[in-house]
Amino acid sequence: MDYESLRHAADSWGLLYLVLLFLAAVGFAFRPGGRQAADEAANIPLKED
Amino acid sequence: MKQTAQVVAIAVAAIIALFGAANGSDALFRAHFGILFIVLVLAAFLLLRREEKPTDDPDAYMDGPIKYGTIATLFWGVVGLLAGVAIAAQLAWPELNLEPYFNFGRMRPLHTSAVIFAFGGNALICTSFYVVQRTTRARLFGGDLAWFVFWGYQLFIIMAATGYLLGSTQSKEYAEPEWYVDLWLTIVWVAYLLVFLGTILKRKEPHIYVANWFYLSFIVTVAMLHVVNNLALPVSLSGTISYSAFAGVQDALTQWWYGHNAVGFFLTAGFLGMMYYFMPKQAERPVYSYRLSIVHFWSLIFLYIWAGPHHLHYTALPDWAQTLGMVFSVMLWMPSWGGMINGLMTLSGAWDKIRTDPVIRLMVMALAFYGMSTFEGPMMSIKSVNSLSHYTDWTIGHVHSGALGWVGMISFAAIYFLVPRLFGAKQLYSLRLVNWHFWLATLGIVVYAAVMWVSGIQQGLMWREYDPEGFLVYSFAESVAAMHPYYVLRALGGLLYLAGALVMVFNIYMTIKGRIRDEAPLVTQHPTPAPAE
Amino acid sequence: MSIMSKHQKLETNATLLLIFSFLAVTVGGLVEIVPLFYMDNTIEKVEGVRPYSPLELKGRRIYIREGCYLCHSQMVRPFRDEVERYGPYSLAAESMYDRPFQWGSKRTGPDLARVGDRYSNEWHVQHLIHPQSVVPESVMPSYAFLAETPLDTSLIEEHLETNRLLGVPYDDAMIESAAADLAAQADPEADWDGLLARYPKAKTGDFDGDPSRLTELDALIAYMQMLGTLVDFSTYDAEAHYR
Repeated sequence: MDYESLRHAADSWGLLYLVLLFLAAVGFAFRPGGRQAADEAANIPLKED
Repeated sequence: MKQTAQVVAIAVAAIIALFGAANGSDALFRAHFGILFIVLVLAAFLLLRREEKPTDDPDAYMDGPIKYGTIATLFWGVVGLLAGVAIAAQLAWPELNLEPYFNFGRMRPLHTSAVIFAFGGNALICTSFYVVQRTTRARLFGGDLAWFVFWGYQLFIIMAATGYLLGSTQSKEYAEPEWYVDLWLTIVWVAYLLVFLGTILKRKEPHIYVANWFYLSFIVTVAMLHVVNNLALPVSLSGTISYSAFAGVQDALTQWWYGHNAVGFFLTAGFLGMMYYFMPKQAERPVYSYRLSIVHFWSLIFLYIWAGPHHLHYTALPDWAQTLGMVFSVMLWMPSWGGMINGLMTLSGAWDKIRTDPVIRLMVMALAFYGMSTFEGPMMSIKSVNSLSHYTDWTIGHVHSGALGWVGMISFAAIYFLVPRLFGAKQLYSLRLVNWHFWLATLGIVVYAAVMWVSGIQQGLMWREYDPEGFLVYSFAESVAAMHPYYVLRALGGLLYLAGALVMVFNIYMTIKGRIRDEAPLVTQHPTPAPAE
Repeated sequence: MSIMSKHQKLETNATLLLIFSFLAVTVGGLVEIVPLFYMDNTIEKVEGVRPYSPLELKGRRIYIREGCYLCHSQMVRPFRDEVERYGPYSLAAESMYDRPFQWGSKRTGPDLARVGDRYSNEWHVQHLIHPQSVVPESVMPSYAFLAETPLDTSLIEEHLETNRLLGVPYDDAMIESAAADLAAQADPEADWDGLLARYPKAKTGDFDGDPSRLTELDALIAYMQMLGTLVDFSTYDAEAHYR
């Protein structure tokens, strides 16, 4: 394992992989069908004391 | 007698402690185990004297350790702030050092551990126990295990604190306790994880509320950080001293990977869990965007763990690691502000609560300081800025705007919320005193941060100033002398913040006694005008 | 199972949540820390760095115990002002036997990475007993008690042995003669040939001004007087590495 090969991996596939992972996570969280489940979850603390 | 098993266990531990006190291979170990022995004997004595209480309803929430936790939080908060004011004064007036036990070098870990682990840790443990029960609608898992977590954690604090004053330290910042105290904390922490995770597993609510995600990631990550960073080999099983499993540059990076994520997970993720529950509760409205909170969670925990190397810019750490640390620190700005906006916007449509409710005001100020320090942090992690700011008071100021502003204020708010509910009081003793606390604390932080900012930048500039002939202008001692007025003012800022905390202690004490102060309402109530449609 | 309901699963399954958060927080540490142990260029090859002598090691424990690292760094950065103020910038190799490292994070006082040989032993004694008597502006506490406290010399073989188990190259001879080396280094009457062969450039003789006994002050000064003196910088080109 040397610095150059790691650096190369990080600059190309590593970067692409992380960007896609991030976009997938955001897409996941904000997918159109998720609103109702999110609203229900958000109200959990307010249900009781 | 129900507590026979506990008393026997403590008695056995006390005998082991006595053995260590008599046969330890160094004087420090003997003294430290002597203290442990006294503490355990006292604990056994108190436990024996305790009256049998009727067992509480096994279906109800378990609030005993939480009630104790709120009081422990306040107690250690005052101790930690007092130690902070003391060491601030020592830097302004060095004759206040009382060698050997109360010299700055031994008091400073006492201050940092007392505020981070004793104050912050107790706040996190007790609020997480409260939040996880209310959001899963299940009683704490594990029966008396929660009590073990509470008392075991107090024992850890006492051993760490007395160890520092006696001179037991492995010199890793925020991980100073030696190996035997570390082992004890590991046991307590695993028990904590069991209680928390067990409660989630037996929940009656299908969804796991996001506050619990933050708490869970805090518990798991701190376990990992604690175990790895404290890997060490003791010289003797009956001696204090151990040698780190890592050396030099590897040890430095491991330490700051730990150190920065103690900030990221102990002081940020855990307290964000607190924010995501208590902010909606106090504002009586759900969090602004639940889906943003999910993105906030994953991006924050993923990015934070990379940021450690920014503590080692321009050192002998390889450049590639420094650059990685810088890049991820700058990226961290985004999820941090996402979380801040999410918290603040929870108030949208109810902004008037900032005016009418001083507890909300504390939370809003906490988020404001969170936003400020999570902007300042990424900026200071940029290498060219860091070349000036590193080793100076600027770093100290930055830490305190996060610690006093964000961690302190969100914890105070959570405790103001909890105490009336837990102790069966109708309301807080006095909202006006909460308001006093708010202003004393805010003023204290502003003084502290501003003064450290100026002193830090001045220090950095004096160290690197050249005259036209190309000679350094200032000797190091001259830069020390120039700091004196700032150090005096900094102690004053700390004193203001401590005064606010003492006002809180009084307010909470009266609230627990069930008293309500006869006072004019904080805001004159106007009749609500009919909404213009 | 559709992708959407899989995500639902994550949010409602505590074990999965635990595993995924744990994965998310391990990546960064693994990528940054593990290569440091395997990459050849993490620590440069330099002549002269050696394990600490028994007395220096004991002195280092006192440095740690008193929390000196809280106000003094041991890491000169490669800037012109730091190099002129403190000496050649620090190399990774110079702390390769430091368990734990003492790079520090704050300079309330000056950097100590190269404090060795800068001042006399007498200066250090005076300074540690009453700092303001030699540096009036100083805010350093007094450490007079070190001169009164006899050095605890027990378990010195075990100290070296523990370091060896972790990878510090103490050889059998060093461990066998640890107790003798510890006593000899601060004893003005002793024969230092063996000690200096094992620990080149070690400072010898009485340190605390009282040759009759071995105190914690002896050990601390022996440690401080060797800091940064092991590598010969007359043959090392520091200027080439300014940033």
